Amino acid sequence: MQDFSAAFIAAFTLIATADPDFLEIIGLSLRVTLTAVLIACLIGLPLGAALAVFRFPGRLALTILVNALMGLPPVVVGLTVYMLLSRAGPLGVLELLYTPTAMIIAQTILVAPIIAALTRQVVADLNAEYDELLRAMGSSRAGRVATLIWDARYSLLTAALAGLGRAFAEVGAVLIVGGNINHVTRVMTTAIALETARGELALALGLGLVLILIAILINSALMGLRASAERMAYA
Amino acid sequence: MPEAALALAPSVALTGDDRFWPVEINGLTYAAGGKVLVDGLNFRIVQGPVTAIMGPNGAGKSITLRLIAGLIAPSAGTMSYGGASMPGANQIAVVFQRPVLLRRSVAANLDHALKTYGVDRDQRRDRVKALLALGQLEDLARQPARVLSGGEQQRLALVRALAAEPCLLLLDEPTASLDPQATAAIEGLIARAKADGIKVMLITHDRGQAQRVADDVLFMHAGRIVEQTPTDRFFDRPQSPEAAAYNDGRLLLPSNASNSGS
Ligand SMILES: Nc1ncnc2c1ncn2[C@@H]1O[C@H](COP(=O)(O)OP(=O)(O)OP(=O)(O)O)[C@@H](O)[C@H]1O
Ligand SMILES: [Mg+2]
Repeated sequence: MQDFSAAFIAAFTLIATADPDFLEIIGLSLRVTLTAVLIACLIGLPLGAALAVFRFPGRLALTILVNALMGLPPVVVGLTVYMLLSRAGPLGVLELLYTPTAMIIAQTILVAPIIAALTRQVVADLNAEYDELLRAMGSSRAGRVATLIWDARYSLLTAALAGLGRAFAEVGAVLIVGGNINHVTRVMTTAIALETARGELALALGLGLVLILIAILINSALMGLRASAERMAYA
Repeated sequence: MPEAALALAPSVALTGDDRFWPVEINGLTYAAGGKVLVDGLNFRIVQGPVTAIMGPNGAGKSITLRLIAGLIAPSAGTMSYGGASMPGANQIAVVFQRPVLLRRSVAANLDHALKTYGVDRDQRRDRVKALLALGQLEDLARQPARVLSGGEQQRLALVRALAAEPCLLLLDEPTASLDPQATAAIEGLIARAKADGIKVMLITHDRGQAQRVADDVLFMHAGRIVEQTPTDRFFDRPQSPEAAAYNDGRLLLPSNASNSGS
């Protein structure tokens, strides 16, 4: 018990004094996760929209694949990226293993299918609703996709936030490809996992509190989005 | 509403019409689910008079409208639009029985339509204003379109269709479930479109409305056109027993028993 209260006090001290090492870990987490989610959006939004709107060979197979990838265990993604990037792997020459770039790659692979699958669902529903109107207007294919993506903006932001939440909470993949190297690839979740194992509860607790705060922020944003979408009857 | 605001746009040009008219429909048939829903329609749509399409529920009116608009493909038969097999862009505009409005503001719905119809950005602002005025929607310009009342949504859908400056405007029960004032507003827009040289065809169940806005009535029953008659004569002396029964509010079972047009 004594240990726990001491750990809490130490954790709050880390936060209150803005400890540089502590901030560095948070900063790297933000950088890796936000970059990964941004790239995942750049891949997932157009891919999801294309799966929803266009008919092309392999569309069904790709849809099933994307939906299957959505539930991929992070450690499996970590293992796959590890094998690709390791010395002996096909991308070994790039020497990316144990770098933030490797972590971004792993998180992108985890998040892109989530965003693509949610985008596909949302855009397909909206496409069915708008189909006759857009055809009657003689809308072009590009015009149709632009209309659908814009009108689905609230739902798509929700999808991006869901991806963000998953990426922040994820530990298995970034641990395998990043290695939790101090000052290089140490992020919040990997630090918590390893510091806890070593009995260093203060840092783990401090980072845990920050993660909870981030989760609260993401969920507040989600609630706010949903409320304004409902107010405007855009849901 | 100020007179100037009523003008659709200074550029309502009917130059495309030479190539659009007449619209000829030959043997137009549509079957789905093992049933013939529209059965060998032959008619000609001419520029000018407003045509009301009337007939009991399930007669095939909405399907016919979709066929004319090219939104569904006929099972048999041909349509020609001034000799072409397909209408040109913007030549036909449709307002559906349940209007589909985008998840945007009223003004943004109009802007989107104009953009889709190829109107340049610098002209769109003025055109949106004119269309808002035309639909008496100025005060609602910034409102999300989907929170509008039914009558307001219908007005928006109608002026959005007019944004195409079409040759032919197809309306599917544009005033069903509207109050008399909202109905009058829609009918005013129809008259306005007619005055601007737009051919209007509207499906309606409202006899008074047909008498107020339509020059002739095209009566459908069980997937067929039974008669096309000038409006006054249609209600005084309909030519077919089906139309006579419909006017009297009687249910006449269709001769084609496999297709009991409810
Ligand atoms: N895809 C389809 N498959 C089978 N039946 C259909 C299909 N689409 C429409 N129908 C039927 O075709 C008939 C005509 O439909 P339509 O919508 O044209 O009627 P309508 O004349 O517009 O009627 P209302 O006055 O009720 O709007 C209806 O009986 C309808 O159930
Ligand atoms: Mg109908």
